[in-house]
Amino acid sequence: MESTKKLRTLAAALLLATGLGTAQAEIGPAEKPDLKLGFIKLTDMAPLAVAWEKGFFLDEGLFVELIAQANWKVLLDGVVTGTLDGAHMLAGQPLGATIGYGTQADIITAFSMDLNGNGITVSNDVWEQMSPQIPSNTQGNPVHPISASTLKPLIESYRNRGERFRMGMVFPVSTHNYELRYWLAAGGLNPGLYAPQRGDTSGTIDADVHLSVTPPPQMPATMEAGTIQGYCVGEPWNQQAVFKGIGVPVITDYEIWPNNPEKVFGVTEAWAEKNPNTHLRLLRALIRAAHWLDENNNANRPEAVEILARSSYVGADEEVIANSMTGTFEYEKGDVRKVPDFNVFFRYYATYPYPSDAIWYLSQMRRWGQIPEPKSDDWYMETAAKVYRADIYKQAAKSLIEDGSLSAGDFPDLDAENFARPHQGELIDGVAFTPREPNAYINSFEIGLNGAETP
Amino acid sequence: MTTISQNAPTSSGMRWLRALADRLAGRSLAETGRQMLLPAIGIVLFLGFWHLAAPQVQTSLGAFPGPAEVWDQSGQLWQEHSAQRERADKFLAMQLERNQRILAENPDADVKIRDYTGAPTFFDQILTSLITVLAGFALATVIAVPLGIIVGLNRHFSAAVNPLIQVFKPVSPLAWLPLVTMVVSATYVSDDPMFEKSFLTSMITVTLCSLWPTLINTSVGVSAVNPDLLNVSKVLRLSFWTHVRKVVLPSSVPMIFTGLRVSLGIAWMVLIAAEMLAQSPGLGKFVWDEFQNGSSESLSRIMVAVLAIGFIGFLLDRVMLVIQKKVAWNE
Repeated sequence: MESTKKLRTLAAALLLATGLGTAQAEIGPAEKPDLKLGFIKLTDMAPLAVAWEKGFFLDEGLFVELIAQANWKVLLDGVVTGTLDGAHMLAGQPLGATIGYGTQADIITAFSMDLNGNGITVSNDVWEQMSPQIPSNTQGNPVHPISASTLKPLIESYRNRGERFRMGMVFPVSTHNYELRYWLAAGGLNPGLYAPQRGDTSGTIDADVHLSVTPPPQMPATMEAGTIQGYCVGEPWNQQAVFKGIGVPVITDYEIWPNNPEKVFGVTEAWAEKNPNTHLRLLRALIRAAHWLDENNNANRPEAVEILARSSYVGADEEVIANSMTGTFEYEKGDVRKVPDFNVFFRYYATYPYPSDAIWYLSQMRRWGQIPEPKSDDWYMETAAKVYRADIYKQAAKSLIEDGSLSAGDFPDLDAENFARPHQGELIDGVAFTPREPNAYINSFEIGLNGAETP
Repeated sequence: MTTISQNAPTSSGMRWLRALADRLAGRSLAETGRQMLLPAIGIVLFLGFWHLAAPQVQTSLGAFPGPAEVWDQSGQLWQEHSAQRERADKFLAMQLERNQRILAENPDADVKIRDYTGAPTFFDQILTSLITVLAGFALATVIAVPLGIIVGLNRHFSAAVNPLIQVFKPVSPLAWLPLVTMVVSATYVSDDPMFEKSFLTSMITVTLCSLWPTLINTSVGVSAVNPDLLNVSKVLRLSFWTHVRKVVLPSSVPMIFTGLRVSLGIAWMVLIAAEMLAQSPGLGKFVWDEFQNGSSESLSRIMVAVLAIGFIGFLLDRVMLVIQKKVAWNE
């Protein structure tokens, strides 16, 4: 039954694809209809899976193959070398590649894939020692958000034993690295500095907490093995720890920074220039998929969960994926709380590539020494404009409005400047994010590089 | 004509097959019964041990799968495969229909039939792996046998090449892979490539790791040709090619095949590792993807893959043995 339903969708999509063409008269046929797109097994790859399964790619005349990648490095190399046409990426990857941190390549993004969606989990052992410092609410559950300062006594005891307190994140320029660092620093802990000009890319100079790279799906296993004591990762790998009883998520990124930007869809600049129509058609399909994921107050989420649970996509058990995808999050076993915006794909203009997102990531790269020397405010603006291509997004969005697929109300005013991301809450440490003055913003942190400091 | 022959080592698995053949040929029933019984007991004991031990191993993905779970999962994989094939057929039919319509409107239109872009199933991955390993192994053979003959024939050449063989032989596929990946990406640039880059990467890695046993065995076989034969060849003033064809090759064929069998075994092992690391399509990727899925079924599915890998490796070895028997006329 299930497969016939899917077939019907597929058939409808193909019929549509043949009949279409008039609707998007302004976008020519795809230069490269056969595409290979990479993704990492995380729930926030959902727009790609949905665009495939719901036939949105076929509507655009695109024959897309979605290929799971082993880790973010392999994925980035795939896009740079052309094995992949584009991929689900960490927001820091196009920026890091463009400024030459790690692999140097001109990568752009014209589509922000989602908001929020990460969590920080610690092992049961760490949780036991953390929890006495955490006040309880009337139901006897810990009061959220939990500050990283509750880790201090524990880190002290590790230091006295001559051991390092280690936590995992997924890639040096990952959202997770910056979120974990942000949370730790907000709690008065130093996550350490990078010094790439001296070849030190471990990011552990003066660190209280040593962060290291572990690919997302291996996080629970690595923590179980005792290599790391906690980690910051996207879903479903925090809920997996709860289900397997090996750890406790202490905070979600929504509590660190409500509606923070998360993954992006990245392609190389050269590819985008060579295949402008293909790129626009891809964006159209992805925007529709993101819209589908959030429409009617998340009514399609259960279906999305079923799609993501297939082994060729995320592949984790449905109940694990459903936990976060349907607006709840389970902290300690049994402590299920509502986080309706845990995963946002479309509302709050989630898909628009706001330059302020790029500025925030660049400010954190500078704060932690990945950008070792000071840069002017203009440099931040220029880099953001080079990588975050709202101009391309606008073309795709306008064509969707023109052919009636979506309405103008679904998007911000496309002719306005749209610099700073709206609908964002305050960050956990109360430091105001001032995207137009990146240097002033960087200087307002106590932990991390300030002014002209070099690690 | 006498030649030196090297007996291929007989494995117990082969004896088992031979027993089966003997039985078909009407040998003593008691004898073959005994030969069939022991392997059967071995398998049953293994399954029993597996069945009892598996639940004792608790992982974060639940208990280690026993034979029953693995059996269930292999059925499940087959069902997924059939379902995916059905979808692919429909996809093809719809494309044909669509192309027909386009052609009816515009007879000059450039239409194309595309492969189904859905995710490959377990059985698709097996096929991919088999094709890749055979391609890599064939390339290794084409390089190793002629090179081995030259090394075996020429003392000086052998001395020059030997250190290289010794140094490159023990290199792991995981060390070759990054280099091969980058070189293939940089050199194999084409808008309409004949092969996938990932296929070339896996294939070349397999070749680099698996050519050594064939090369070494060929050279040893060639250099061990009976001196009497060499003298005869000299007396008859055979040309170089005739000498190689009539004297050297027949004597060294058993050794070459021993090398080929080892090479094929290595090729298969290397391929799975390469696919896992490089994420190129194939069984290795299947295993890695399942490991990453971390679903409650993942371990059983990986176990199905492990058994499939082992069984296919065994079959490949048998096939080589059969070919060896056909070719080694001197045995």
